[in-house]
Amino acid sequence: MENLLSIVTFVPLLAALILAIFLRGDDAPAQKNAKMLALIATSATFLLSIFILTGFDPANTGFQFVEEHDWILGLKYKMGVDGISILFVMLTTFLMPIVILSCWDVTTRVKDYMIAFLLLETLMLGVFMALDLVLFYVFFEAGLIPMFLIIGIWGGANRIYASFKFFLYTFIGSVLMLVAMIAMFLDAGTTDIPTLLTHSFSTAGFELMGFQIVGGMQTLLWLAFFASFAVKMPMWPVHTWLPDAHVQAPTAGSVILAAVLLKMGGYGFLRFSLPMFPVASDLLAPLVFWMSAIAIVYTSLVALVQEDMKKLIAYSSVAHMGYVTMGIFAANQQGVDGAIFQMLSHGFISGALFLCVGVIYDRMHTRDIDAYGGLVNRMPSYALIFMFFTMANVGLPGTSGFVGEFLVLMGIFQVNTWVAMFATSGVILSAAYALYLYRRVVMGELIKEALRTISDITPREKMIFAPLVVMTILLGVAPWLVTDIIGDSVAALVHNYHEALPVVAEATEAVAPASH
Amino acid sequence: MISQDISTVLPEITLAIYAMVALLGAVYTKKDGLAGLILWSTAGVFTLVALWIATMAPGTQTAFNGMFNDDAFARFAKVMILLSAAAVLVMGQDYMQKRDLLRFEYPILVTLAVIGMMMMVSAGDLMALYMGLELQSLALYVVASLHRDSVRSTEAGLKYFVLGALSSGLLLYGASLTYGFAGTTLFSGILSTVHEGHVSLGLLFGLVFIVAGLAFKVSAAPFHMWTPDVYEGSPTPVTAFFATAPKVAAMGLFARVLHDAFGGATADWSQIIALLSVVSMFLGAIAAIGQTNIKRLMAFSSIAHMGFALMGLAAGTVYGVQAMLVYIAIYVTMNIGTFAFILSLEKDGKAVTDIAALNQYSKAEPMRALAMLVLLFSLAGVPPMLGFFGKFYVLQAAVNAGMSWLAVAGVVASVIGAFYYLRIVYFMYFGEESDGLDKPGSFVLNAGLVASAVIMLAGIVNLFGIEPIAEAAAQALVN
Repeated sequence: MENLLSIVTFVPLLAALILAIFLRGDDAPAQKNAKMLALIATSATFLLSIFILTGFDPANTGFQFVEEHDWILGLKYKMGVDGISILFVMLTTFLMPIVILSCWDVTTRVKDYMIAFLLLETLMLGVFMALDLVLFYVFFEAGLIPMFLIIGIWGGANRIYASFKFFLYTFIGSVLMLVAMIAMFLDAGTTDIPTLLTHSFSTAGFELMGFQIVGGMQTLLWLAFFASFAVKMPMWPVHTWLPDAHVQAPTAGSVILAAVLLKMGGYGFLRFSLPMFPVASDLLAPLVFWMSAIAIVYTSLVALVQEDMKKLIAYSSVAHMGYVTMGIFAANQQGVDGAIFQMLSHGFISGALFLCVGVIYDRMHTRDIDAYGGLVNRMPSYALIFMFFTMANVGLPGTSGFVGEFLVLMGIFQVNTWVAMFATSGVILSAAYALYLYRRVVMGELIKEALRTISDITPREKMIFAPLVVMTILLGVAPWLVTDIIGDSVAALVHNYHEALPVVAEATEAVAPASH
Repeated sequence: MISQDISTVLPEITLAIYAMVALLGAVYTKKDGLAGLILWSTAGVFTLVALWIATMAPGTQTAFNGMFNDDAFARFAKVMILLSAAAVLVMGQDYMQKRDLLRFEYPILVTLAVIGMMMMVSAGDLMALYMGLELQSLALYVVASLHRDSVRSTEAGLKYFVLGALSSGLLLYGASLTYGFAGTTLFSGILSTVHEGHVSLGLLFGLVFIVAGLAFKVSAAPFHMWTPDVYEGSPTPVTAFFATAPKVAAMGLFARVLHDAFGGATADWSQIIALLSVVSMFLGAIAAIGQTNIKRLMAFSSIAHMGFALMGLAAGTVYGVQAMLVYIAIYVTMNIGTFAFILSLEKDGKAVTDIAALNQYSKAEPMRALAMLVLLFSLAGVPPMLGFFGKFYVLQAAVNAGMSWLAVAGVVASVIGAFYYLRIVYFMYFGEESDGLDKPGSFVLNAGLVASAVIMLAGIVNLFGIEPIAEAAAQALVN
């Protein structure tokens, strides 16, 4: 199949259109139909995406399944996957049916809800497959619209503030990237990503408004892309939209946000910043390292004092994303492998943690940690699942969380020992806040009156958690399942990056010997 | 010669004859009862003339010794003016009829204004420019105060007239300076006095005054102050008209004067335009945040959009003009849809302009709310809607011309501007429950709204093939 990628991308959109046009009414059968159609569409997308995985050749580090058509403004509609993007595609298609299942009990505006998620899936897949700068940007930005609506319509009490903050924060980062993209288009004469990967942007320093710009155009482009991806990731100190968005978003929205949307930032760094602007990346890597280290330590400490479960997990996400940025800019095989691994693993684990919160939120309608305690007495199965994902979040060996963190720490240790030391303290801190949360919610005597009648998780909820548990263990004990696929592409990426660096060194020495 | 001249301006003459015949017919029957018929026939005539112009032979003709140009650029702008005017006329009929405002003068005045606009975009001489501009403006002053019993409408008309007269004065003063220093009013003659990319100091003053006068007409900041009041006070169909066709004409005229008359001195005027652009974008974005009246809000929105269109012009290149044309075409389409929406907002038969009244509109009218959502995101410039590609076009033109700072300022302004578009979405989708608005009845308005939204989405496939036409138009103008 020549246009497999387009088919996979647009099946959800097609289902959304069918829902929007043909489904009428808002009674129980109509709601059921909407959910069923969404579930079928997302499952079909997942099954189709398996063909991408089976047809993928890991030894080939170029783009595969490439489709190309002319488009407006001299742009191209070009799709393709390589070892870096394919697993993000799989992560998205894998999680979507779970997400749809998790909102089975929603009863307000179900049709719109399903349309929003289906639309979001198309846009997320597009981001990971697009091989044209502007096409990437279109998918990247358009994803804001359904997420804005998901938070704003189905969110919690303070949803308006959270949705606006989410939208405007992300939007300002992205538009700067747009200007950088236009500058790249004019410099390279094309928006084709594979061509841009081989294009070297000027590193000659120049003066701008009295500032000496070391690394020249590359630095400016890098910063513009950084503005977008750092917000999306999110990195400290521009992470403040995330706790708000997570707390106010409905459970399914939180899952998608944590599991897939955050990964777009990391993917962007790997696709654009590192290979296209190696000199700037090398120059600014220390900045990223320290920002990541601060993120890990600071947000872990902040997580310790949270009263709201979702907020706590949101802060823990920021800390875990700190490992990702650190690993990416360590720019060695272990670091980048680890970063990708960590993103995938975080997709499963944080998604599952938000689902865990969703389970008790559906029953008690509160996320206050103080409102719980002793759940193990009434909900043994839930306690077990929550325990499992808490441990995975901490990075217990045997779960996928361990592999990612370990690889990243190994990668960063080779580059910067101090940063590695601070980052490692995050492992301990994450154990502290995660176990502290677990103890307050699950352990102890069940003394709260309201909790006496709480029921254990239903078979549907077990069905949701089962695949996530399987994936977390599977990746934990057999990490080569991932590294075999990404390995060669990452090796090529790292190789090209270091090839480009000597040029950088000369350029920076010529311009500003004191830059390091 | 004269027959060839006449044949070049035949579309304008046809429209003028039509306007006079309609006027006579209506005066003799002395009834506003004919108004509906005249309105529909005017819209029909506009559409036919637009088709006629669109299918004309390519190439450039000049008439009356260069006073009037008929080139690809003029034809592009004329088709846009005619079609948008036709759409706005048809959309407003229901509204005007309900409020007893549908006088037969309305379509006729609009026709006269449209003739003025067509003259403006074809002008090849300062005199022709002024004639077209005044014909348009005088007709517009009258339609702004069409609602004679309303203080606000009268105020709008008066304000528009006084400030419009001031701007015409500025323009005329600039034109006389230009004539004095260039020795001719012909654009081609002025162009030949440009030496090595610069004009003489006197000509420069003339240029600045002309630009200031034209900036009034496109409502670019800091010459925008009439816009919010006139938009708010005028009857909504008239506001819709102000937001569309005259903007196309004024931007067209702007491009024509700058490129045809001062084309060699790009460096001299491009900074002025860039400044107007930046100020307009920020003013439009920031001032709209506090607005609760949707018409005022759209006024500031149009100021911001004109800023973006001017960005294309500031680039001073063929690509810039092309970007400006595409931008304006997208802008006009979005505004037609948005005003179709605003026109249909009624509560107990009364027009509603307060955006808080839109609370939970998406529950009552899911389809219309969805269409409006698409338009609002498009206005904000969020992909994948066409509004984004319009912005992308002009940004590209600006960066291409070495004005990256302008592009950065533009995107920052667009983020600020996104806030108030999102606020309307917020009312429609997240707001509190409140008493609903009336059921919108008019088929025309629904069709206008939905068609505009569908264009915003479907256009991303190939922009409906408008690109090569805009490119040809830009080539015709700049070379």
